[in-house]
Amino acid sequence: MALTKEIRFNDETMALVQRMMKRYPEGKHKSALIPILHIAQAEFDGWLSPEVMDYVASVMKIQPIEVYEVASFYSMFNLKPVGKCLIEVCRTSSCWLLGAEDVIRHLEKKLNIKVGETSADGMFTLKTVECLGSCGTAPMMQVGADYYENLNLEKVDQLVSRFKAEGKRKSYTDQPEPRSL
Amino acid sequence: MGKKLLLKNDHITGIQGYDVYRREGGYASVEKALKTMTPEAVVEEVKKSGLRGRGGAGFPTGMKWSFLAKPPGVARYLVCNADESEPGTFKDRYLMERIPHLLIEGMITSSFALGANTSYIYIRGEYYYVARILEKAIDEAYANGWLGQNILGSGYSLDLYVQVGAGAYICGEETALLESLEGKRGNPRIKPPFPAVAGLYGCPTVVNNVETIAAVVPIVNDGGDEYAKVGIGKSTGTKLISASGHINKPGVYEIEMGITVEDFIYSDEYCGGIRNGKKLKAVVAGGSSVPILPAHLILKTSAGEKRLMSYESLADGGFATGTMLGSGGFIVMDEDTSIVKNLWNFTRFYHHESCGQCSPCREGTGWMEKILHRILEGHGSMSDVDLLWDIQGKIEGKTICPLGDAAAWPVAAAIRHFRSEFEDYIKNPKNIRDVKHYYRLNNLVEA
Ligand SMILES: Cc1cc2nc3c(=O)[nH]c(=O)nc-3n(C[C@H](O)[C@H](O)[C@H](O)COP(=O)(O)O)c2cc1C
Ligand code: SF4
Ligand code: FES
Repeated sequence: MALTKEIRFNDETMALVQRMMKRYPEGKHKSALIPILHIAQAEFDGWLSPEVMDYVASVMKIQPIEVYEVASFYSMFNLKPVGKCLIEVCRTSSCWLLGAEDVIRHLEKKLNIKVGETSADGMFTLKTVECLGSCGTAPMMQVGADYYENLNLEKVDQLVSRFKAEGKRKSYTDQPEPRSL
Repeated sequence: MGKKLLLKNDHITGIQGYDVYRREGGYASVEKALKTMTPEAVVEEVKKSGLRGRGGAGFPTGMKWSFLAKPPGVARYLVCNADESEPGTFKDRYLMERIPHLLIEGMITSSFALGANTSYIYIRGEYYYVARILEKAIDEAYANGWLGQNILGSGYSLDLYVQVGAGAYICGEETALLESLEGKRGNPRIKPPFPAVAGLYGCPTVVNNVETIAAVVPIVNDGGDEYAKVGIGKSTGTKLISASGHINKPGVYEIEMGITVEDFIYSDEYCGGIRNGKKLKAVVAGGSSVPILPAHLILKTSAGEKRLMSYESLADGGFATGTMLGSGGFIVMDEDTSIVKNLWNFTRFYHHESCGQCSPCREGTGWMEKILHRILEGHGSMSDVDLLWDIQGKIEGKTICPLGDAAAWPVAAAIRHFRSEFEDYIKNPKNIRDVKHYYRLNNLVEA
């Protein structure tokens, strides 16, 4: 998948990134790596290509290998292209007890892909994840910044239709949808 | 209704924002500590309170704080552990989302006590939206003079930042968390040195759970002795319990330590009983890492006494007949639950989350997962149960960090209490297909 943008933070993002590096003591700005990778992933089509990682290394003035080894450790960083909507379904304890497996199978059928795959139109990627701290509202899934809880298959269908209609890329860094607390 | 110390205001409209939080008495602990107390006096109150770490291990917080090394001229750090990834645990998210200022207030008071001038809240990456809520609260705290230089004219200064992780259970382990906060892979460090001596950037550091830090607020406001009056024995104060699974009313409950487990499961104030009129089969009382107990042992100890929601009572009987309070992730399973299938899922989780540094954990978790999978597929043999027992015993206590133990204990407990269920799967593989998949949504036909 070709990147749609030149690999370069815009001025506003660059200013944010520079501010982030100042949150740490002198010489410890590498601490900002994970937060900056989140921003880079959101900015450059939802995944971290080698070019994007090299760019982050150059901005942070650290070695590219320092970026690769971190990016490959954490499950939220995608090292391969993903669809606009990365649907992450929790498959752990309480979600599992309350129907996560059904949600996963249902999505596989509906999107015509297996877990880990991306739909042909590039709209959806399906992923299973571990407990997201929403077990009291199981089963649940995360798409971008948002938690979708107390799922049933009907609700899943509605959400998928909605995401498709919106056609927007979702990221963790988006403003979340309003939630009733 | 039990006493509430952390969530007493969580129902108030607008409590997320600074104005309402302040109007309801928020930031009083900061005022009290900075204007009328020395840092040592704050530590003393926390010691008196008997507060124990709410992240899982239950280590006395005041003692941990007094271990903090104080070499002159070296920065000290307080890092809040908001990684919350122990399966079954969701109380910290609730607290941060509902009353973000309570955590910020606790961070300021605690940082003052420890002499930290820069503090971090490390929050799991999936909680990105919660990080924003915290950041907004922090901005409000700066704007109102609770953070920054010379707070309340006391001469004490503090900067507070939120740091997001990126998906890794192991980063909840405190040394892995510190590695991650330094911008590295989350590989736990070999201890000693302990973080109290060499933590973040090699400097003395305290790592505390969200709930622990929030509890410092009522402790400073009311005094440690008052706090210690709540609860039972060495389990002082209140505890947030994340209740989930086959219950009528899942959610986060603040309980006074010492209520009975039976009350917690069946009363309408809490879980409201087992759903669909089913019977209780088993409970994982403190997050996926603690030993599972069958119904009769979770409700009563082996001596026949009512089991209480407290560190001591849940641990009564050791691992033979007891468990642990852990993180308070209370997962309830009804009579239709397959213990074997559930254990496979837990083991799969630990295999997935092992950082891979130590071979017993890296290889052992994968091996156990494979054996359990084999049993579930109908290809198990009787010796597999003993093999599982053997492997878990060779992981426990033989690894760099406690994730190894966390992976071993559930296996040991499931076999200890539900051995016949494993044997059933092995003896009658033909029946496996007929096992009613309890976890299916009710209206679903077999795929
Ligand atoms: C594998 C593993 C995962 C952990 N996850 C968490 C966690 O998500 N949150 C937490 O507060 N403590 C977690 N802990 C415990 C921390 O290492 C540490 O003991 C705790 O943050 C100390 O805070 P406390 O004394 O306030 O409980 C974990 C420990 C291990 C071994
Ligand atoms: S016990 Fe497991 S998670 Fe912990 S350091 Fe060893 S391999 Fe990593
Ligand atoms: S088990 Fe799914 S959110 Fe915790």
